[in-house]
Amino acid sequence: MNLLFATLALPLLGALLAAGLPSRLDRAARIGGTAFAAASVGTAVALLAGRPSATPVGPGSPIRPWHEVDLAWAPDLSVRFHIGVDGISYPLIVLTALLTLLCCAYSLWRVPEPGRGRLLVALLLVIEVGIIGVFLALDLVLFFVFFELVLLPMYAVIAVWGGPDRRRAARKFVLYTLFGSVLLLVGVFVVVAAAGTGDLVALSDPAHRTLAAGPQLLAFVLLAIAFAVKSPLWPLHTWLPAAHTEAPTVGSVILAGVLLKMGTYGLLRVGVGVAPEGARKVAPVLAVLAVAAILVGGLVCLAQTELKRLIAYSSVGHMGFVLLGIATLTTTGFQAALIGNVAHGIITGLLFFLAGAIKDRAHTGELVELGGLREVAPALSGVLGFAAIASLGLPGLAGFWGEAFAVVAAIGRGGPLWTSLGVLAAVGGALAAAYFLRLLRRVTHGAPGPSVTGLGVAARLQSGELVAWSPLIGLALAIGVVPALVLGFSNGPAQLLAAVFGRG
Amino acid sequence: MALLPAYIAAGTAVVVLLADLVSGKRGVVVGAGAIGSLATLGAAILVSSSRGPFTAFCASPSACSMVTDDAAAVVAGLFALLTLGVLALSTPVLRSGDVPVGEYCFLLACSMTGGVVLGSARDLISLIVALETLTLPLYVLVGLRRSRGAAGAEAAVTFFVVSVVSTAVALLGAALLYAATGAVHFDRISAALATVVDPHLRPLVSAGVVLLLAGLSFKVAAVPLHAWAPVTYDGAPLPVAAYLSTASKLGGVIALIMLTLGGFGPILGTAGPALAVLAVLTMTVGNLIALRQRRLVRLLAWSSIAQAGYILAPLGAYALHGGRSAAAVPVVLAATVAYTVFYVVLEFGAFAAVVGLRGDQDGGAIDDYRGAARRSPWLATALVLALAGLAGLPPGLAGLFAKVAVVRALLGGDSVWLAVIVALNAVIGLAYYVRVAATLFGSPSPTSPQKVSWAVGTAVGVATLVAVGIGFAPQLVMSLAGAVHP
Repeated sequence: MNLLFATLALPLLGALLAAGLPSRLDRAARIGGTAFAAASVGTAVALLAGRPSATPVGPGSPIRPWHEVDLAWAPDLSVRFHIGVDGISYPLIVLTALLTLLCCAYSLWRVPEPGRGRLLVALLLVIEVGIIGVFLALDLVLFFVFFELVLLPMYAVIAVWGGPDRRRAARKFVLYTLFGSVLLLVGVFVVVAAAGTGDLVALSDPAHRTLAAGPQLLAFVLLAIAFAVKSPLWPLHTWLPAAHTEAPTVGSVILAGVLLKMGTYGLLRVGVGVAPEGARKVAPVLAVLAVAAILVGGLVCLAQTELKRLIAYSSVGHMGFVLLGIATLTTTGFQAALIGNVAHGIITGLLFFLAGAIKDRAHTGELVELGGLREVAPALSGVLGFAAIASLGLPGLAGFWGEAFAVVAAIGRGGPLWTSLGVLAAVGGALAAAYFLRLLRRVTHGAPGPSVTGLGVAARLQSGELVAWSPLIGLALAIGVVPALVLGFSNGPAQLLAAVFGRG
Repeated sequence: MALLPAYIAAGTAVVVLLADLVSGKRGVVVGAGAIGSLATLGAAILVSSSRGPFTAFCASPSACSMVTDDAAAVVAGLFALLTLGVLALSTPVLRSGDVPVGEYCFLLACSMTGGVVLGSARDLISLIVALETLTLPLYVLVGLRRSRGAAGAEAAVTFFVVSVVSTAVALLGAALLYAATGAVHFDRISAALATVVDPHLRPLVSAGVVLLLAGLSFKVAAVPLHAWAPVTYDGAPLPVAAYLSTASKLGGVIALIMLTLGGFGPILGTAGPALAVLAVLTMTVGNLIALRQRRLVRLLAWSSIAQAGYILAPLGAYALHGGRSAAAVPVVLAATVAYTVFYVVLEFGAFAAVVGLRGDQDGGAIDDYRGAARRSPWLATALVLALAGLAGLPPGLAGLFAKVAVVRALLGGDSVWLAVIVALNAVIGLAYYVRVAATLFGSPSPTSPQKVSWAVGTAVGVATLVAVGIGFAPQLVMSLAGAVHP
């Protein structure tokens, strides 16, 4: 249990340290913060110790944490400090800790305008606390508290270190996502008021389900809207492109890499886990919206002319696959969603690092002006090519498994609705190939434009970039070749969760 | 024993006046006021730690005008603390020589006396007299600045006129109730209403309840009697505005709780829908108009109107059908009291930080705060923390738990729609809080930082620490709120 506390406390201490040091020690503060981020990766990995080797089976709650802390906090508000780690949350926790470390390390090398990098590092670490807290929380109200913790720091990251239109984008982000999280608050207390407890383990237990069908439907609809804003699901996605375009590189990486996962994770753990009857009724609607998101995201991407905006919209499509997987309410679908989450975090994190690197060098993100990058900066455009191909779901790379199995799960449900949804999602996957190849053709091929030719030495990769990117490149390959790295953890919990619906 | 805190509070006022006559030194007068409020706090703690409740002025054993129980002690302690805090915040204004020190401290102590008595009042007459004692000195305090002639006078007159009208309305309501039930003590009114009131008198009772609640809603600045708040807060000296938005509002909330949960329990069907609609209107109007404000104190005033809406919401939900069960009472009561306490702490923190940033000036335009985070990072941090709390978001955990308490109570009463409206209003609220917070971090304007006196610094520090503390340990406030029972 000390490990669980350490995973939350280390980033918090790092944030306090980085924010507390005076400005003349800016670099030392950033190094200190990065050290704490590295330590929290260590504890996150160490959480693996004590994991039971056998896949849990049999009746009982689908949530079976292998580390758990359960303390009273405020009984009159129905809050317990109940945290734990299981196979669904573990990969996401490690991913969060890793991406935060990479972003902090990247900030050692480069701090966006207007400087004051120690505060940026501190905010990144606070965001890490919030996100890991969400993944660890086994109490509904605690989940909500951590969910809210992320909002203002992320707002500050966008509003202070962002691009020219940062204020508006940051405000849109914070108001939109607050809209989602207040509905989450109402949904949480619909459940707590009806069931008399906020304990996720107890609430997910099919044997002791006290929630009637009516409150379940209400709760699931509220929760689904809340998480759909965060994920984001079409048509509630409009905050995302603006936020991504304006956010600094590290902000985009955290936002796309792990912040969005709070939505899909919440939908699976809280929405489906607590209100399965509601989920069963609403799932077709969710699936239709998810497929719409895949198609709309793909079509919009085909028309994009700006690099970061294109990647942002591609996120809408990818998260559509994740949501489709969840909406099938099958083991395959849940597994697809979980590995899709992780893969998207790795690949899109890498893509945003690359987009930031290109924009920093060429001072433009317009695809038309970026032509010929391959001739001037072969290494950079090589990595971009790798990331784009991974993102479009080439077999053998991480992006493949989530998308393919979401389609398989949808077809596997049978019936005209699910079959056609599966076919349409596959078409959407083809769209992803089309727009990423278009991106590569525009950016890497052709004659070098004026903003690319003058790069010279600056076109070479810096050591800071290599450090930040290589773990992501390695993971994209590793998970692509050995998907069991993620699926091995989530297999048992996903089966238990799907068993509630009577599906394998 | 029942009246000990009240006697000490009243004694404070007298001592302050004498100190001003005898010595006339600023330090002595303010010191007397501070020691007096501390003594009141001590008396409140003494009362709550002794075996109570203590009663006084009893018509019969069950019908006492003054009952000092744990809840009353909590109220008295809160008023004493707030008065002490406002005295600390007043240092810059008093130092500037713009207000007469003796009168200022005397009036503040008088107002505190009203608040202390209010907690113990258990009949309609004591309640209204206590509220008036709380409010009357404020008419003068609002307009006390010599240098701000017109604005101060406008603020004071607006406040005075609306207040007098609302008091008249409340008194009329009380009179109608007395005519219908023949009682002024809450217990007796409740008993009379539970048994059969003459059917012909039913409309009289309803009218009385509605008038009384409407008159009291003035004190919390609820719609439709809200329009005085922005003008008055903005025209008053900053510490007085802080007092108005915390102590004065606290008084109104306590009076409303006593009536709705104590006196009118049996017939809330008539008042319930009205209260719920009032709550919705108050939060929505307050938030929407706050969006357009350009002056900081006006923005805080409108936001405090919106906050009053959140405070009223659980009472409204309780009164509506579905929530009117005996089991719902403690939840609703705890939520209302807890929200009020969280709100008072955060609002006081916000005003304290504003006083720290502005010194003896008025609140000024929001643009005047541009770059404050560079000039005085600690004060700006305190202000951001308080604003985040008022918006109900971490790092202002106290505000988050306040929101949680209210939504929890609303859903306990099955008022999902009311909970959704509260939730959506929180989104509107964030829009303007974020605007202010972002301004603080903007590029600096050329003004030089204010020198912060130690008293103001201490007040800001203590308020912020308390806000952070109850954010991590919300159970403290919930237990406090749980101690209050009608």
